[in-house]
Amino acid sequence: MEHAPATGHVAIEETTTGLSHRKLLIWAFLASECMFFGSLIATLLVYHGKSLSGPGPKEILDIPVTSVSTFVLLLSSLMMVMAYSAITRGRVKAFRIWIMCTAILGATFLGFQAFEFRHFALEGLTPRTNLFGSTFFTLTGFHGAHVTVGVIWLLSLFGYSFRGDLTRESGLSVDLAALYWHFVDIVWIVIFTVVYLIGVAL
Amino acid sequence: MSLHSQPPEHAHPTPLTYAKVAIVLALVTAVEVAIFYMESLRPIFLPAFIVLSAVKFTLVAMFYMHLRFDSRLFSGLFVGGLLLAASVIIALLALFQIIV
Repeated sequence: MEHAPATGHVAIEETTTGLSHRKLLIWAFLASECMFFGSLIATLLVYHGKSLSGPGPKEILDIPVTSVSTFVLLLSSLMMVMAYSAITRGRVKAFRIWIMCTAILGATFLGFQAFEFRHFALEGLTPRTNLFGSTFFTLTGFHGAHVTVGVIWLLSLFGYSFRGDLTRESGLSVDLAALYWHFVDIVWIVIFTVVYLIGVAL
Repeated sequence: MSLHSQPPEHAHPTPLTYAKVAIVLALVTAVEVAIFYMESLRPIFLPAFIVLSAVKFTLVAMFYMHLRFDSRLFSGLFVGGLLLAASVIIALLALFQIIV
């Protein structure tokens, strides 16, 4: 049950913990996602260097291109917190600008991934080529799917803001989307290090 | 935990703090890429990449995901998931004799 607090802005839920159940749920979900991506990363590491045929990470991964896409995703996280900050201050117009910038940067990241996947396919690496291809496409493909869901979520928030559904009091809805988006960002931080930097260097 | 243990909204960082964190994140990523191209640093590649990646991960979780400012229950849930994920990775690597 939610009610407007005496101080005026953020609605506080009456729960046994004093914490929002929706926020608890998203954190529990993100914890389960840690285990999901952890399993995929472990599988990639276990099969590292065990492909019987090429191409492998050293021949095919392009660090400069992936570095740029990493910067794009990091920048999108900044845009996301600016959007959250704007909505908690009741600045809906600023929120719309920041959330749209976040969605555009997310879509740009997906564009980089589509470019990379197409390039790899042309070079002869598909999920069926070897163990590296199978584990690489499964891991990065699932991450890309998460980014796609995030972009759709952000665009839906952008749309809701025009219906008047998003106000200073409903900052929690933006907070939940922001938590998901930042999680997608930190998963990529790990993937960039483990798959790209360490995978190519070692 | 009482109703009032929830930190107030204004406890979250300001846009300026968010921008500072973003600059640090960009710099750390740039350092990572620079190290990658420095052959002389090859012996420390693995620990350097792991530490720098952990720094970025922590900064995003603490400041952008507000774990530093929100309830410790959220931190406990997330860190619990992270520990389980790390256990899965270590167990699989040990099972396939990549480590140990």
